Amino acid sequence: MRDTTSILPLTVESLVFEVDGRRLIDGIDLHLERGATTVLLGPNGAGKSLLLRLCHGLLTPTAGRVRWALPEGRAAGVKRHTMVFQKPVMLRRSVFANLTHALAAAGLGYEARRARARAALERFRLADLADRPARVLSGGEQQRLAIARAWALDADVLFLDEPTSQLDPSATRAIEEMLRALKDEGRTLMMATHDLGQARRLADRVLFVHAGRIREDASAAAFFTAPATGKARAFLAGDLLD
Amino acid sequence: MDFAAIITAIADLLGGATPGFWPIVGLSLKVTLSAVTLAALIGLPLGALLGIARFPGRTAVVVLVNAMMGLPPVVAGLAIFLLLSRSGPLGPLGWLFSAKAMILAQTMLVLPIVVALTRQTIEDLWREYAEHLASLDLTGARAVPTLLWDARFSLVTALLAGFGRASAEVGAVLIVGGNIAGHTRTMTTAIALETSKGDLPLALGLGLILILLTLILNAVAFGAGRVGARHAR
Repeated sequence: MRDTTSILPLTVESLVFEVDGRRLIDGIDLHLERGATTVLLGPNGAGKSLLLRLCHGLLTPTAGRVRWALPEGRAAGVKRHTMVFQKPVMLRRSVFANLTHALAAAGLGYEARRARARAALERFRLADLADRPARVLSGGEQQRLAIARAWALDADVLFLDEPTSQLDPSATRAIEEMLRALKDEGRTLMMATHDLGQARRLADRVLFVHAGRIREDASAAAFFTAPATGKARAFLAGDLLD
Repeated sequence: MDFAAIITAIADLLGGATPGFWPIVGLSLKVTLSAVTLAALIGLPLGALLGIARFPGRTAVVVLVNAMMGLPPVVAGLAIFLLLSRSGPLGPLGWLFSAKAMILAQTMLVLPIVVALTRQTIEDLWREYAEHLASLDLTGARAVPTLLWDARFSLVTALLAGFGRASAEVGAVLIVGGNIAGHTRTMTTAIALETSKGDLPLALGLGLILILLTLILNAVAFGAGRVGARHAR
């Protein structure tokens, strides 16, 4: 079912993003290969969320470019990357309809999207909630639905913007299990987080972002045992960065 | 005028003893519901587009549409009258003093209400949905169906407001319809006529029935909205 022609690698070149003359992303170069989970770490306002949005195409860079192996990250006309937001966007519809809506937008026919939506609910143990209005679900359930929706879209690459920052530990654990399962399926994850423990648990590679630049790009093991920059050491030690 | 006379007038109206009453109610409903339907077909997508589009002069358009909500019915009637009069641009249609003319005039009154209230509702919803829909490539006009559907319970209120305006007004239908008995006489124009003739019980009876109809329609819409909204919070 999955298309074998990958949209990866993703190459980001000299990326700059400015708002009202303020340079929020200040010349980022990045290369994303298939399979690994990349975690963006850094203080608030470092540019993590912006970088994810620029990669996903929600924002247009002021300068530089985001280049997928296939144009716009599409294979056979279908967008193969998707995004999960910090606060999940739940349509005012049932859980099931939230899935079928996204699948309809992706161009699936009536029967195909219903089958795929059912598969997603089974896959992530949300089947009991299928007919519930999505907006009355708990925060954790909503985020699980958002990730199930991303899975249903069958994207190769998932951008996740602090998906567990508003959740309690047990909901966070459920989300992390989902993310591990996605990774085991061979999907490529790029995630911003504030949670150092989460970064340790999930990351293969860490990008340390500060003031709109990538200060460190290292394997997770290397970053957590021996950060190369003073900023990263301070961040890991829990100091406040300016 | 005593209370018994009003009761008698209402009983005569409902019982069919007043000739031509039910056709008047029927025409009123036909004109008003047609106008609201037309305004909805045009105004819902237009209001949604105005809610999500960003273009130079947008603020001026929004202010203009909001101001048009207060358009005096007689002025709308006059404008449609001039359009449809024999020497007007749409004169050859021969619509003046017909139900079509009244529908057109009331559509003009309802449209700004539908557009303005839809614009507000969709703009708020868009703020919440924008990134998710953009992620699904549903941008611009492609986002409109999703937004209208998800705002459906709020938009019923916009349509009810439009219905209220159309069913209550007398100026526009009087000017372009002419209050011709059996042809273009509606409940509001009949009330105006009966009042000026001095038949107050009949006028009051018509008025009460008009209010009753409005009440029933609002109650049904409200009930349907409550039931539906439970599934779409």
